[in-house]
Amino acid sequence: MFRHLVCAAIIAAITPSARAADGVSPEQRIRDMEQRLDRIEAAAPADAPSAAPAAAANSFNPAISLILSGLYTHLSQDPAGYRITGFPLPAGTEVGPGSRGFSLTESELGVYANIDPYFYGGLNFSIHPDDSVSTEEAFIQTIALSQGFTIKAGRFFSGIGYLNEQHAHTWDFVDAPLAYQAFLGTQRGDDGVQVKWLAPTDTFLEFGAELGRGRSYPATNRAKNGAGASSVFAHTGGDVGISHSWRAGLSALATAPRNRQFSDSNLAGNTALNAFSGDTRLWIADFVWKYAPNGNTVYTNFKLQAEYIQRRDNGNLTYDANGALGATRTVAYDANQSGWYLQGTYQFLPYWRIGLRTEQLAHGSVDYASNSLYLAQANFNPSKQSVMLDFNPSEFSRIRVQFAQDKSRQGITDNQAFVQYQMSIGAHGAHQF
Amino acid sequence: MKNFLGALLTLAALSFAQHAAALDVFTCEPEWGALVQELGGDKVSVYVATSALQDPHRIQAKPSLLARARRAQLVVCTGAELEIGWLPIVLRQSGNSAVQPDKPGYFEAANYVQRLEVPTRLDRAAGDVHAGGNPHIQTDPRNIARVATALAQRLGEIDPANAAYYGTRYANFTQRWNAAIQRWDKQAAPLKGVAIVAHHRSWVYLNHWLGLREITELEPKPGVEPTAAHLEEVLAQLKRDPARMVIRSAYEDDRASQWLAARAKIPAVMLPFTVGGSDKAKDLFGLYDDTIARLLQALK
Repeated sequence: MFRHLVCAAIIAAITPSARAADGVSPEQRIRDMEQRLDRIEAAAPADAPSAAPAAAANSFNPAISLILSGLYTHLSQDPAGYRITGFPLPAGTEVGPGSRGFSLTESELGVYANIDPYFYGGLNFSIHPDDSVSTEEAFIQTIALSQGFTIKAGRFFSGIGYLNEQHAHTWDFVDAPLAYQAFLGTQRGDDGVQVKWLAPTDTFLEFGAELGRGRSYPATNRAKNGAGASSVFAHTGGDVGISHSWRAGLSALATAPRNRQFSDSNLAGNTALNAFSGDTRLWIADFVWKYAPNGNTVYTNFKLQAEYIQRRDNGNLTYDANGALGATRTVAYDANQSGWYLQGTYQFLPYWRIGLRTEQLAHGSVDYASNSLYLAQANFNPSKQSVMLDFNPSEFSRIRVQFAQDKSRQGITDNQAFVQYQMSIGAHGAHQF
Repeated sequence: MKNFLGALLTLAALSFAQHAAALDVFTCEPEWGALVQELGGDKVSVYVATSALQDPHRIQAKPSLLARARRAQLVVCTGAELEIGWLPIVLRQSGNSAVQPDKPGYFEAANYVQRLEVPTRLDRAAGDVHAGGNPHIQTDPRNIARVATALAQRLGEIDPANAAYYGTRYANFTQRWNAAIQRWDKQAAPLKGVAIVAHHRSWVYLNHWLGLREITELEPKPGVEPTAAHLEEVLAQLKRDPARMVIRSAYEDDRASQWLAARAKIPAVMLPFTVGGSDKAKDLFGLYDDTIARLLQALK
């Protein structure tokens, strides 16, 4: 059996170009080869290889993975009053440290598989602490395009920034950075289409563009044809020696929200419902650097990660949009705000990691025009410091403690403590860099 | 911003020009890189994604890997789920249809050998088990010969213009390889039946080939780092059933095997495990020359 395989391989291999060879006839070359192979064969081991894949009725079941995650939260301040001073967010935006005591965090069910030779797809349900279930992702993605192109369609996490595309269970901290909460409503997912192109270079170079519905903050769900939000991003990266690798990116998001409502306190200290309509532009710069001795991450490794987000809101602001204060008026509005975080995680022993995160939002400039009769810009930069320690008994389980000093609210310090578990069962996931 | 984009495009154009006609092969592990080089000679340009100093189970989908997979005309990996934590994402994001798992441009070496330790029961309580069997097939040179046969054929399919070249190189390699196996078999005769302890179950194919008897492992379960309690158990076990040496691969921390070696008074042996794992394991021939030399040295 082995012998026939070898002969067949060589004959198959030699035939096409043998015709072109001058001097020796193809037949002669094949005979020579066979003789040579006979000699080799005499010395070759006799046992035959086998490559029969197991077949079963459920062979085509998709890869199913379940993320189980739970949290104990201790907060020194009442989370009901949580806000980020100077960065008012629409009601219902996922923001803040969650509730006190025991709760589930995002437990996820993911089902993914190749659909056919042309597409890959799947969905991810997320179970929230309040027992509601949302569809985090449900997309299809091409696998049959070449020249570096990939197209994704459906509901998916936007490719902007570094952290945005990563599921919550792969984050290095319990919560998302303040900048992500304030500018992206924790994580930006949309219904739409994404095109990515990977350049044919040794240095990683990737470009992407997305058109989406704009179903969530900072966009507003508009009943119209076309796209409600668009974004572009470029990523580059590579290795430095055997021990270092890095990735850097630049992203932009543009959307034109209409009647984006949020509550804020006015100069008199009353709560006013305001609404913004206009153009929102977001810029994100991201960088991640990973180090592991000889590139072997098992024993020790280090990861440094930073992102900077800048937002420009330009349009009109309606003060007292619901008329509760009897002073409804719409005038020009122009705001330029930013935020950043810097975090490092260090695996100092197998299974054990420690992480530090420092972050700040800059109140920037907010021009209320004549609405400044009622509203004033906060002269305060929210900030937060976090430290975490996690224990990872295997690739599939993690237990984490995190302490944070959260100064999101002007004049208030919230001391936060978290104990969290994150476990995965089912298909072995492959993670992004 | 416009200047930045312009610079990027120029960079892209330059690198298009850079790559000549050689067949671009992306290999997951150094042994397959070395084998492709043996079979492909100067008609191939080989990229090796990982090194002998990295645990092949724990590789990340680095940007550099994506960039290389994008251009590859052939991807050669072990398979048997060894690369499950990173390769699927690299291939999916590569925008390269030629190397997707159902295409001729994707080659899994483990499909061409008789796999050992295929589990009958899959439960992660048993540690990091591979449903496809033990994936560390490169520790038996007879497996390399089997993979070479299939790989030479595949190279010819992907790059028909050079098929005869690959065929000739294959015949030449096989001849040298089988002669080397005969030599190794002779040299390794004293190793038959020798009892060993291994760090991880990396050596079942080597044991199968040379007749080494693996008593136990330093890892309490596959993929779980050795613990003090487990090492004490191993030491107690060795009192009843002594081993001649404790072996580990180049990427594994030596503290556990040194601990055991000192107490059981047996040598701790580092084996290259793959090409590049030691100074002498420069190519496939050096890999087994050095592996056997190190094992024999430990017997003395």
